[in-house]
Amino acid sequence: MPITINGQSVAVPTDPRVSLLDLLREHLHLSGTKKGCNQGACGACTVLADGERILSCLALAVQFEGRSVLSIEGITDDGALHPLQQAFIEHDGYQCGYCTPGQICSAIGMASEIERGVPSAVTADLASDSIDLTHEELRERMSGNLCRCGAHNGIVDAISETYASRTGASRPAVAEIAE
Amino acid sequence: MSILDTAKQAAAGVLSKLRPETPPDPLIARQATPGKHGSLGTSVPRIDGPRKVRGKARFAAEVPAEHLTYGALVFSSIPRGRIASLDTAAAEAAPGVVLVMTHRNAPRMKPPAGFMSDPRAAGSSTLPVMQDASIHWNGEPVAIVLADSQEQADHAATLVAVTYEAAPARLNFAQQISQSHQPESVLGEPPMIETGDAEAALAGAPIKVDITYETPRHSHAAIEPHAATVWWDGEDLVIHDTTQMLHQTRWTLAGVFGIPENRIRILSPFVGGGFGGKGLWNHQILAVAAAKLAGRPVRLALSREAVFRIAGGRTLTRQRVALGAKADGTLAALIHTGTVAMTEHNNCPEQFTFPARHLYSAETFLLEQRVTDMDMLANTFMRAPGESVGTFALETAMDELAERLAVDPIELRRRLEPQQDPTSGLAFSSRHMLKTFTDGAARFGWDRRNPVPGSRREGEWLIGLGVATATYPYYRMPGGAARITLTRDGEARVAMASHEMGMGTATVQAQASADRLGLPVERVTFEYGDTALPHGTVAGGSSQTATIAAAVTAASGKLIADLLQRAGNDSPLAGLSAAEVEARDGGLGHREKPELFESYASILSRAGLEELVAEADAPPPGEAKQFSMHSYGAQFCEVRVNAVTGETRVSRFLGSFDCGRILNPRMATSQFRGGIIMGLGLALMEETQFDERSGRVMNPSLAEYHVPVHADVPEIDVIWTDIADPRAPLGAHGIGEIGITGVGAAVANAVYNATGKRVRSLPITLDKLL
Ligand code: FES
Ligand code: FES
Repeated sequence: MPITINGQSVAVPTDPRVSLLDLLREHLHLSGTKKGCNQGACGACTVLADGERILSCLALAVQFEGRSVLSIEGITDDGALHPLQQAFIEHDGYQCGYCTPGQICSAIGMASEIERGVPSAVTADLASDSIDLTHEELRERMSGNLCRCGAHNGIVDAISETYASRTGASRPAVAEIAE
Repeated sequence: MSILDTAKQAAAGVLSKLRPETPPDPLIARQATPGKHGSLGTSVPRIDGPRKVRGKARFAAEVPAEHLTYGALVFSSIPRGRIASLDTAAAEAAPGVVLVMTHRNAPRMKPPAGFMSDPRAAGSSTLPVMQDASIHWNGEPVAIVLADSQEQADHAATLVAVTYEAAPARLNFAQQISQSHQPESVLGEPPMIETGDAEAALAGAPIKVDITYETPRHSHAAIEPHAATVWWDGEDLVIHDTTQMLHQTRWTLAGVFGIPENRIRILSPFVGGGFGGKGLWNHQILAVAAAKLAGRPVRLALSREAVFRIAGGRTLTRQRVALGAKADGTLAALIHTGTVAMTEHNNCPEQFTFPARHLYSAETFLLEQRVTDMDMLANTFMRAPGESVGTFALETAMDELAERLAVDPIELRRRLEPQQDPTSGLAFSSRHMLKTFTDGAARFGWDRRNPVPGSRREGEWLIGLGVATATYPYYRMPGGAARITLTRDGEARVAMASHEMGMGTATVQAQASADRLGLPVERVTFEYGDTALPHGTVAGGSSQTATIAAAVTAASGKLIADLLQRAGNDSPLAGLSAAEVEARDGGLGHREKPELFESYASILSRAGLEELVAEADAPPPGEAKQFSMHSYGAQFCEVRVNAVTGETRVSRFLGSFDCGRILNPRMATSQFRGGIIMGLGLALMEETQFDERSGRVMNPSLAEYHVPVHADVPEIDVIWTDIADPRAPLGAHGIGEIGITGVGAAVANAVYNATGKRVRSLPITLDKLL
């Protein structure tokens, strides 16, 4: 069974050692997904697998048969900028740009976790069915995405501007933005 | 740098003092009303932003090539000795393997010319690369395997069997300090400065501190690991590299491989973070050599472990700061001495005494840098080399002295403000350091600090405030050239082989060039990142903005002269000299008579030209020899330290800076914050752990080498004086490095104010606070 990557059907690699990250970067030349450590420590390789953010360096491509993967190249389907991408530009949420695709994919996945009410280590009320995307929540949830250039403030501003109004009590349709 | 060079530099310094002062850059005055006149001073968004957020910025490891092979390295597991046996048969027989290269079959290559040995040199070390069986550090590459896929190369690399004959190695820094010596020079400056008898003055001072501080090894930890994709095309060599020294790498590789420079092209349009670490290391040389042997393109993308094994970082330091004060708080003695670990085959002495050379007045000085040679990977320049760790020692000591004197730390700095550079005697070109303290203190609420340590507590959390001086020199590199291509449709392409590692080079240079040429910023592009362009200088020393601007100014002068000549007698500009005209509104016009104006399009079309090209070298950087040119700042920090666990959280931070004109506020804010955040890492968590028994780096991963994550970084407030330095091109100083300086001390001083515990050895981990 093939893998669906950014809407395209892709055959699984014959070498079972190929990670999802290397499938993207080396086989498909979708090099927007970055490799910063290849061992799950930096978040640069974050992609969305059936809407969940995952570290593609820790995923073998063959595990994703029949599943649907979105990389940075596929988060909008008409080539337009995703609102979060636009917000990264406005808030200077990057410098070198190497961690950026991972930050953006991770934030999209994070926003849908918030929407589903998935708690984090800093969520005060685990029983509540709505979680506010405070800066503290956001920083905690984005801490798997390293940025060595130190663009943290801009990243946090870009994410909260994009999603803050869409989370919390009103339970907004984050999925709409993610599509 | 040799003694000879130092002498030559000193002589040049004398000559430049005799030279008349150059007038200030006219753009400084023009910039006064941002928005109205030009784009400098406005927050133009990054030109490459859309590519970066889309993942369309292509980095060195992402360049496709036909018949590409993938490289994997095998590292020595001893720090010093020889390879006793080497068995590559199993690796060679493994599926997909194209080549196993070791010292036995590697082509003969000359050792790289060491960085600082020549302005054109880039070698991080002068050791020969894979030329014999000798081993110089734990982690030195002993083999490179090429295969059709990365998976095959990685597997085959594990099949290379190596045994070693170990030799005794120098691995213990504390022991090696007794073997230390002064380096020949410290970046062209003397390793020791002594005025008066500082030890005697210290002994006689009524109030003093005399303290030892330690800082560990650091890793740049750029999120993009080092990588090169290379191929030979006959005699021509193409390298897609991630580098902050394009032309220097080219010159050095030409020497290593014995080929003419013009047969090598290096491209590096995007660098995924540099911070001083993206220089010439073994991997580019090995990739090029292996590509030659295999006759196929090679991609050598270093694993994170490989980055720690073969690309050096900041070295460790042990520093002594002794301050002898008189009752009024002025200094009778300022002593800052110490030792760093280095190797015999590199030249990076971590200039930790530089801040003390220029910051404070004192009656006597003793400033001495020593190095001790160890058997380790060559250390290198990392964001504010010297100043970052030197300010930790100096500025913590200042806080300790302020407490003994019972004066506010900011007041102490007021009493020590010098009228001229305290060690060189040069006049300051632009120094507003006290303003950074005053402005910062007001904004941060410094007056709410209780000087008694441990006096503020909220539940389990002890709260403290700290402050420290930030400083970094102004540098402009010699040897750059720029080319301007002006087209008939009124667009300009400006080109110089410079570097974009996240600083915003292309954006700010498009802004500056647009204002220089009187064009809207949308009509100007800045080309960089390719040795096919005019000669670029190293992206180091926070020097690129001034360096490029000086070259573009020279080229625009040439362009304007040429335009005037070609304008001819029918032009409104006929008979005007270059001094009488200025570039404005897409053309040239008389400075005082608005009616005397002609657009570029009109000049070029009358002359029958599609485009006009001007290229020029930047004048040598004499300004920093005539004046003491430095940037300054005040770093304010609030920490919360958990009284139970010893955990330190930075809750507020403000950086207040004096760095000349700020050219693009949004990108400048990012640069300052980036430096400060790396400083938070230096203060609280970063340490490359070196096993003193084996010489092995013990934490070669981002899981174990900790850098600040989102949860560690509060909102960081940044303000600046925005006062132009009349001697700097554009009135601007570089801002990439000053942000990290002073942060270690600001945090340490805040931790002291919170807890009453002085931590004098970085990083400030919780075990040191319990
Ligand atoms: S590359 Fe996957 S987490 Fe770093
Ligand atoms: S923008 Fe460079 S690592 Fe985040």
